[in-house]
Amino acid sequence: MSSETNQILTTDGIPLEVSLKKAERKNKIKAFLLVAPLLLFLIITYVFPIGDMLFRSIDDKMVTQMLPKTFKAMENWDGQELPEEEVFAAFHEDFVKLVEDKREGKLSTQLNYTKNGFKSIIKKLRRASKKFEEGNYKEQIMAVHKRWADVEYWRAIQRRAPEFTGQKYLKGMDMYVNEEGKIVSVEEDRRIHRVLWLRTLEIAFFVTVFCFLMAYPIAHLLATLPMKYSNLLMICVLLPFWTSLLVRTASWMILLQQQGIVNDFFVGIGLVADNNRPEMMYNKTGSYVAMTQILLPFMVLPLYSVMKTISPSLMRAGKSLGGTPFVAFWKVYFPLTIPGIGAGCLLVFILAIGYYITPALVGGASGTLISNQIAFHMKSTLDWSFASAMGLMLLSGVLVIYWLYNKIVGIDNIKLG
Amino acid sequence: MALPKYTEPHYRIWHYIYLTICAAVFFFLIAPLFVIFPLSFNAEEFLSFSDGMKRLDPDAFSLRWYKDMIYGTKNPWGLAAKNSFIIAIFATIGSVILGTVAALGLSSRHMPYKGLIMAVLISPMIVPLIISGVAIFFFMAKAGLAATHTGIVLAHIILGTPFVVITVTATLSGFDHSVTRAAASLGSDPVNTFMKITLPLILPGVISGGLFAFVTSFDEVVVVLFLAGLENTTIPIQMWTGLREQLSPTILAVATCLIILSTLILVTAELLRRRSERLRGINR
Repeated sequence: MSSETNQILTTDGIPLEVSLKKAERKNKIKAFLLVAPLLLFLIITYVFPIGDMLFRSIDDKMVTQMLPKTFKAMENWDGQELPEEEVFAAFHEDFVKLVEDKREGKLSTQLNYTKNGFKSIIKKLRRASKKFEEGNYKEQIMAVHKRWADVEYWRAIQRRAPEFTGQKYLKGMDMYVNEEGKIVSVEEDRRIHRVLWLRTLEIAFFVTVFCFLMAYPIAHLLATLPMKYSNLLMICVLLPFWTSLLVRTASWMILLQQQGIVNDFFVGIGLVADNNRPEMMYNKTGSYVAMTQILLPFMVLPLYSVMKTISPSLMRAGKSLGGTPFVAFWKVYFPLTIPGIGAGCLLVFILAIGYYITPALVGGASGTLISNQIAFHMKSTLDWSFASAMGLMLLSGVLVIYWLYNKIVGIDNIKLG
Repeated sequence: MALPKYTEPHYRIWHYIYLTICAAVFFFLIAPLFVIFPLSFNAEEFLSFSDGMKRLDPDAFSLRWYKDMIYGTKNPWGLAAKNSFIIAIFATIGSVILGTVAALGLSSRHMPYKGLIMAVLISPMIVPLIISGVAIFFFMAKAGLAATHTGIVLAHIILGTPFVVITVTATLSGFDHSVTRAAASLGSDPVNTFMKITLPLILPGVISGGLFAFVTSFDEVVVVLFLAGLENTTIPIQMWTGLREQLSPTILAVATCLIILSTLILVTAELLRRRSERLRGINR
């Protein structure tokens, strides 16, 4: 019996099971081929470049390639006392080559990142090295400047030997590797990055809270009003949603400036004196107000789509069973809206944490976020590896939230408009 | 939303407080957009309402800044608008084609590793723009496409496809696959089936995805800031520069035009959404 069921054949004599599997595989390949162009495009132009950022952020080959012989000679050095003549000779050889290629300036910049004081002694060494005689380089180099005879500086050079380094990540957290090779924080008043990370989290958190508090009532109103009114009100949510971000930021710049309409209004109702108008822009207030308004639709839309599915009879049932409207709301309606709350809050938080344009325009110095710092290093200091490191730190944070979002809501459930 | 007659007074008060809060939030959402509109007709150079405007004096209003936007010497807006439209149109076409085809594959029930692939395809929407900007810049610089229209179009295709994928998969979720099987059994080849049967049915989703892609490209500034050279300037870049350096009323004239454009897009998107809902309602 059983052998008979296993041996069901199709008309052309192939077992049905095999034939079905073949068809299934064909369908799989067909579906995959449809996705393949976009997937390939994104992998090449987007996923690999993000991987490239990772590579750039830990890449430290520059010095390794500038001083190959020195690092080779240093392999046998224990770092306790000054290195032997062999190391000095190798360093001299590398250095002469660098001077020939006019790259000794880059070396001094790089070494200065590791330890302050390299700039001047490398300049001195370049001038002196022209008159160097063959042999006994240790004596000659040490005679150029007393720092060349300081073992600390040779240790600093040795620390740049590895091809890869995590120091950009440490710098992003205001930490560095000190002379003894321990990871320590920089002085209290120089911890600019930690301040920025905390401020980014703080602003993203409060913007999310404000958005939630403002979006909940209006999403409820939109979901409960009859269609003809709610469609009209929905425009108030959707028009800002579709309007250019820069236009909306521009309007906040007009409203919040010191001679602006909001301040005029405050003076008009006598809240503040005309000669004492508060600064509402170029500080945190500006970032808060503008970002809340700009991100509000992203909270309203998911809440609305969830509230729309809640039947009004549930509230009525709650009330008819003796609950006051508040109890009915809290025990029946609110728990049903939690998926929408989760979706909206995570969406707004993810968007807020990476915000760049609005804080740069209305945030001033005290309202800028980590994104602004990344852009600053990309465009002004050109420290691309540091920008990459900070970008990836931000990205890993966002990916954790994204993963949570996927767990709680599911990516497939993102709704637009 | 009228209250029933038997509502107790304190609930009535609560209800009115609730309505007031809602009104305030709607005002907060929409009012900033309407500030720009009158100020762009300001006859003076200031960005606040002049006394003449408050009195509704016709002399206080003028089309001066609109003229400046169009005819002004050394004004970048013409070039910027041309670039913006060219880039946005090509980016939209690219996103729509790639995104729709991918969505067709994704909504097939035979698709392997659906979750993982979906996550990759949506990622440009989730990853903060600044990081996308840095990554795309590194790629374009290596490929020699920085400061070219092609580079910016490709970048905007990356950013636009997630929207198309999402809207089209959503439309396809209500799609009755037996119609394509019927077409196939009647001898139609897959391409013909797609063009004659599937595409007309999912068109609302495709178009609204395309609108998202268009707006994303038209409004995108972070990535373009990294990529654009002087000849590739776009409207958002010009606005960004203008807002950083000095707020001139010409920007408000441009902003008003952009608000009108977004209103048109909103209306189109809404009509499409309703049509799509109606169609899906019939399918059920």
